[in-house]
Amino acid sequence: MSSDPKAMNPESRNPTGSDAVVRPASANAPREWRGIEEFKNQPEFLAAREGEFKDSDLPNAPGRLLSSGVNAIPNSEQTARPRPWEAWLRHADLREQLSETQNFVQLAPTGSAKPPKEGKDGIDRRDLLKIMAATAATAGLSACTILPDEHIVPYVRQPEDIIPGKPLFYATSMTQQGVATGLLVESHMGRPTKIEGNPEHPGSLGGTDVFLQASVLGVYDPARSQTVLYNGNISSWEQFVAQMRDQKAGLAQSGAGLYLLTETISSPSFSAQIQKLMKQFPKAKWHQYEPCHRDSAFEGARLAFGKPVNTVYRFDQANVIVSLDSDFLVSGPGHVRHARDFSSRRSIDGTKQNLNRLYTAETMPTSTGAMADHRLRMRASEVEAFARGLAAAIGIALPGGTGSQSAVPHETVQAIARDLTRNRGASLVIAGEQQPPIVHALAHAMNEALQNVGKTLYYTQPLETNPVNQTESLRDLVNDLNAGKVTLLVILSGNPVYNAPVDFNFASALMKAPLRVYSGLYRNETAELCNWHIPAAHYLESWGDAPAYDGTIGIQQPLIAPLYGGHSDYEVIATLTGDDGVSTHDIVKGYWQAQGVSKGQNFEDFWQVTLHDGVLANTALPQAAAPLQRDFLQQPPAASHVQANEFEMTFRADPTIFDGRWANNFWLQEIPKPITRITWDNAVMMSPATAGKNNLNHGDYVTLRYGGREVSGGVFLAIGHADNAITVHLGYGRQRMYTPYIQVGPGGDMGKDAELGPVYGFNAYALRTSTAPWIADGPVQIANTGKKYTFATVQYQYLIDNKGVESDDESVNAFRRELVQVATLDEFRRDPNFAQVPETTEHKSLSLYQNYNYGTGYAWGLSVDLNKCVGCNACVVACVSENNIATVGKDEVDRGRAMHWIRIDTYFHGGLETPEMYFEPLPCMQCENAPCEYVCPVGATTHSSEGLNDMTYNRCVGTRYCSNNCPYKVRRFNFFLFSDYTTPSLYGVRNPNVTVRSRGVMEKCTYCVQRINAAKIRSAEEDRTIRDLEIQTACQQACPAGAIMFGNINDKKSHIARWKAQPRNYTLLADLNTRPRTTYLARVRNPNPEIAG
Amino acid sequence: MAQVFHRSSNLISKLSIVAIVILIGVLTYGLYQVEESAWYSNIGLTRQQPVPFSHRHHVGELGIDCRYCHTSVEKSAFAGLPPTETCMSCHSQIWTNAEMLEPVRASYRDNVSISWLRVNELPQFVYFDHSIHVRMGVGCTTCHGPIASMPLTYRFGTEYMSWCIDCHRQPAKNLRPRSEVFNPYYQQPSAVHPVTYNGVSYTDQLTMGRQLMKDYKVASLQDCDTCHR
Repeated sequence: MSSDPKAMNPESRNPTGSDAVVRPASANAPREWRGIEEFKNQPEFLAAREGEFKDSDLPNAPGRLLSSGVNAIPNSEQTARPRPWEAWLRHADLREQLSETQNFVQLAPTGSAKPPKEGKDGIDRRDLLKIMAATAATAGLSACTILPDEHIVPYVRQPEDIIPGKPLFYATSMTQQGVATGLLVESHMGRPTKIEGNPEHPGSLGGTDVFLQASVLGVYDPARSQTVLYNGNISSWEQFVAQMRDQKAGLAQSGAGLYLLTETISSPSFSAQIQKLMKQFPKAKWHQYEPCHRDSAFEGARLAFGKPVNTVYRFDQANVIVSLDSDFLVSGPGHVRHARDFSSRRSIDGTKQNLNRLYTAETMPTSTGAMADHRLRMRASEVEAFARGLAAAIGIALPGGTGSQSAVPHETVQAIARDLTRNRGASLVIAGEQQPPIVHALAHAMNEALQNVGKTLYYTQPLETNPVNQTESLRDLVNDLNAGKVTLLVILSGNPVYNAPVDFNFASALMKAPLRVYSGLYRNETAELCNWHIPAAHYLESWGDAPAYDGTIGIQQPLIAPLYGGHSDYEVIATLTGDDGVSTHDIVKGYWQAQGVSKGQNFEDFWQVTLHDGVLANTALPQAAAPLQRDFLQQPPAASHVQANEFEMTFRADPTIFDGRWANNFWLQEIPKPITRITWDNAVMMSPATAGKNNLNHGDYVTLRYGGREVSGGVFLAIGHADNAITVHLGYGRQRMYTPYIQVGPGGDMGKDAELGPVYGFNAYALRTSTAPWIADGPVQIANTGKKYTFATVQYQYLIDNKGVESDDESVNAFRRELVQVATLDEFRRDPNFAQVPETTEHKSLSLYQNYNYGTGYAWGLSVDLNKCVGCNACVVACVSENNIATVGKDEVDRGRAMHWIRIDTYFHGGLETPEMYFEPLPCMQCENAPCEYVCPVGATTHSSEGLNDMTYNRCVGTRYCSNNCPYKVRRFNFFLFSDYTTPSLYGVRNPNVTVRSRGVMEKCTYCVQRINAAKIRSAEEDRTIRDLEIQTACQQACPAGAIMFGNINDKKSHIARWKAQPRNYTLLADLNTRPRTTYLARVRNPNPEIAG
Repeated sequence: MAQVFHRSSNLISKLSIVAIVILIGVLTYGLYQVEESAWYSNIGLTRQQPVPFSHRHHVGELGIDCRYCHTSVEKSAFAGLPPTETCMSCHSQIWTNAEMLEPVRASYRDNVSISWLRVNELPQFVYFDHSIHVRMGVGCTTCHGPIASMPLTYRFGTEYMSWCIDCHRQPAKNLRPRSEVFNPYYQQPSAVHPVTYNGVSYTDQLTMGRQLMKDYKVASLQDCDTCHR
């Protein structure tokens, strides 16, 4: 009910409907409608309806007129048991505090979810009623449908393995920055539909990340290049091959003038092909570049060892981990495995535990920072001084000086050093890619001093076949381009015109090459400037191979023939080597046959086994000796380029679209980024204190000036960000976004705002130079344009309210309602049952409704271990992929209409500076006393005999009562026809076992009931019961950390029953007596007792 | 004041109340009949197919087992429609020049699938699984009718939800021994045609059905998620 009586009176505002009668707005004029506001002061009205209304129904109602019922609701503030973490972040208090000291108006996103806006053009109440009446009158007709004719089209010759209706799984690998992760891809009748991790691949062990999960959408992306283009005109592959043949003939014998630009190449077979090319043309040049390169690690290894190495981390062996600005749980080589190894040291079985301890030094709050027991907030340039201080404290002599660091108190550094030295051989120091080489070298030196090498990490030869400093590699290419040495430039993937360092002026240099060939998935900025554009084959469309983070070779096996006639990189190179016509399959297979990997075994048999397993057995790289060269310790500390009160800018790869290569993937665009929970955007991230000091507010559209260049973007207040620093994420602000699908999405206009320019982020590459790729080497000026930028962030949507009393602040409610249960290790030892809330167990048996009897059959339950969840979002994308969840676009996300069935609620505790951060994945709770079920007027949501809250889409009429009544806010409504019914290529990515929901239908998580039913049928046909762990929900299977468990709670020996028997097990909103089947295992932190706070 | 209505109006008004009740009843019954009718539910309707395939000939007269063509009926949700290759396994030998079979030969020759019109069709929000029904002792003809005597295939049941749920509420009414599932001439046990199962001769469907439910572990599944996901 509106609190503003005027809003209910159509005359008090301009009528928008044509039939609205305009009358003089005098007080005496008769009015058409009398709202409760008008009655609220009439004692006789209230007396007659005593007890009917609650406080909240009557705005400003005098309390004395309301009697029983209202005050009977106990005040949870009074009854709540005092908890050790009483200081839960209260935004309200902090706002006050900040606004007093600093000119701080509003903290972070808008305060609460926007109320749904009116329809596109605004709609009058009368029109609404008319439409409603017409809808009601015709609604019944919609049921009178006769099914349309359907055709069955069988094969002419049916492939042997295919059983229509049964999916097949193929092992393959996806390569990210030269590092492969093994996958099992589900295929329905030849269509890849779902990505799972390959349990036999060392880089996955069954886990995945957001990019792996979402990559399947790329196969079907209607915006992908679909034809060979020559100077923008449609051409053909044959013509391309012919011209390459001519070019080859025209090239000098030595091949001078032939240049090849690729991304990071680690594939042995592809490298062999390039080597073959280089042998044919000895003067040809091969350059590698991708914007989120690993140059720092490369140069850091050269500093420390005099040669590049690959470092393999074994987080499961480490008791104490220090991360120097490394987000190793969700990015970098082997991050999927890192998350698994790391979380294996966060498991607590009963009271048995062997917890590790993580210290993180970082600027921008990341998933890894959220898992840290001590998060040390500092500007990126201060990490070096911290690393030097730490190195000195563990006894490494630094002749170059330790520098002065002020970010971390001396005692803290000493305490961390003591912790590390206590755990010699069981500790680990890891440096992040944003950090300069010296920090990487210091990390190597510390690991050596702590005797960790060979225990918690080891070195191998590099994964790349030709490791280079990619920035320098591209610089050489640009120099040669400018010198006119290049006659033929072949670019394989990547997008250097968009993402090369801005000081290279790559676009103008590129145009100096007479013939430019670009092979890529999209007709992007680079493709537009090249003569030839070859549509590339997606990784699920072509053969290949690549090493895992430890060197184990994974085979990339195609799932489908190129959907849009794409050509693999092998084929493009083959046109130059003269092997055109040899299939990619033969090249890859031939390479491994020639390597003699089968060791005497029949190669065909060996190859079949390899393809089945997805990995070449025993190809992990051996440990390589890497003696430390101590010269770099002489280096003096780097001088600071940025004064303490100036802004220091850090660039980072975006958590969901990476360097921009996933910009067209709308699944990834729409998942909320970890911690900030923004969708569809990047932002100028800064801490609230810095913003306040500089008179900036959340959403201010500001111009960043740095190095004589400028871009504009919106300010986002990131809680936990370092002060006097900003972070910008790469990948947005594309000049060419081939996203017709996104454009037609409801409310999604990919174009430009008249005032603001692009409405989907800004291009941070426009400020990024080759000399300072990650940390700006000079201060950034920030000028407020006075305009406002809208972010679609979901942090303040779907709040779990406090007994209906809305608070703006989810964290306040989280505290009151004990949504996140946390204890330190000491507290846990004293009271393992800390998460149990006594008062909520009392009325367990009370219910108005008859209890269900789940008998001895299946009773499904799910549990989430908050100690393990790293908040990476893989479960969210897995759920989208498995359950055909629609994308709604930025505008609709902003209105609170994102459709994700599982969300990662993020809570902060303990101040804006270095709050503790908690992730809480929240799917449907599948309550045994489900509030949603009782209110459905049409029986569309019902209780299953196994305890699921079933959702029958075809029955749903869209009253949304269920969603209103859901205390966990897990139901999602199709306000528009969000599912794409019109783009044929997107039919392919859908899971055929899940209904595609239409407009006006409520939907929600049902524990992947299609998987449950498939397992039930399978087990019944085999005359057995479903085995423990036989069913994995999509979120569980995707989780790299193993934080989700699902199974039959009636089976007391099952994993899920054991999880739920843990003392840490607790229920959300237990006081409501909904008895959810989804429960949580409380978080136990392991802070260093020597460090206060 | 004079009376406006004549006394006889009383009768008319009473009768009209009765008439309205009857009318509502008739309309309801009428609508129900329309819904159940072949006109609306397509029961008994044969469709124009690319090839006039006769189950009566292949099943009834030649005695080909269901599974020769519908190969995945015991393994998958989809019973499977034979690839052209299956047709040609015989028709490359017999009736090789029949005019009627030209679309089949063309398909095999040109590698283009034959596009059949669906006869038995469920809405896309219903997930029916053949394999589990066959495994639990639901015979082909229980749903598909007297297939062995259908010259052209037609729909036997309404395929409405009520039609499904009738059986799901009381599976015993329709179960048969697994050995009889693919028997197109199977008749439910009666005094005249007793059915022998497990060495016992049954003359009553319900008795045998209950025994089969026990033996085959058939549950009466009525959760929404059994069919709707």
